[in-house]
Amino acid sequence: MITLGDYLVVSAILFTIGFAGVMLRRNLIVILMSLELMLNAANLSLVAFSRFRVGANGLPDYNAQVFVFFVITVAAAEVAVGLALLVALYRARQTTDVDDITSLKF
Amino acid sequence: MSPFLFWIFAVLTVIFGAAVVLNRNPVASALSLVVSFLGLSALFMSLDAFFVGIIQVLVYAGAVMVLFLFIIMLLDIRAEERRRINWLAAAGGIGVAVILLIQICIVIGHFQSARRTFPPLARSTTDDVRNIGQLLFNNYNLPFQIIGVLVLVATIGVVLLSRREPR
Repeated sequence: MITLGDYLVVSAILFTIGFAGVMLRRNLIVILMSLELMLNAANLSLVAFSRFRVGANGLPDYNAQVFVFFVITVAAAEVAVGLALLVALYRARQTTDVDDITSLKF
Repeated sequence: MSPFLFWIFAVLTVIFGAAVVLNRNPVASALSLVVSFLGLSALFMSLDAFFVGIIQVLVYAGAVMVLFLFIIMLLDIRAEERRRINWLAAAGGIGVAVILLIQICIVIGHFQSARRTFPPLARSTTDDVRNIGQLLFNNYNLPFQIIGVLVLVATIGVVLLSRREPR
């Protein structure tokens, strides 16, 4: 049978992949995609806990699913703003590579 | 849900998630992300969260991915040319990620409830969307309004950011 831990491990692996993407990739678009991956990994563990915590009425804990709804909304807004910033940056510098954007680097 | 289906979708999600990071071409990364999100949506549905699974497909595979592909097309981003890889930085990044994964797995290993299976659900008289909607508009009404303001601010911000500077 599938346990809660299986879902949590899948979620942890997905989060690590997203984290590694943010650390390793130099392309801003791929970094944004990796951020989405991390947010979705968190959503997976939230939904798994929601299903695990069955209340007295025999229904899953819907509070966690409402929280997932909020996370998805914030993620969508974040992607829109991030991509607009990317377009503005591309207009100014003609690059999407983080190695070329070093004005604030110490 | 049978364990067989769980493992199929879990492996699908993880493999295509890794493909997002490993692909050199941003278009291939975006399409891998779509497949990864579809697998994740199947995992949500295996947890009886049908509403969340559906909005996962609608919002991510529908809206967010179109946005990504549109920007890639608009900026005409090619596959990255092969740069000199900074091996020290790459090893550091992978090392930190692996340490993070090991730490999370240790925490899950110490978590007693992680070894338990999911308790059975009662047959619900109302559907998923209705239950979530009632909670959203009763208990979480204020956060819902705030989220609405956030989306409005994001919309205005995007318009402002992508506007050309007047000369």
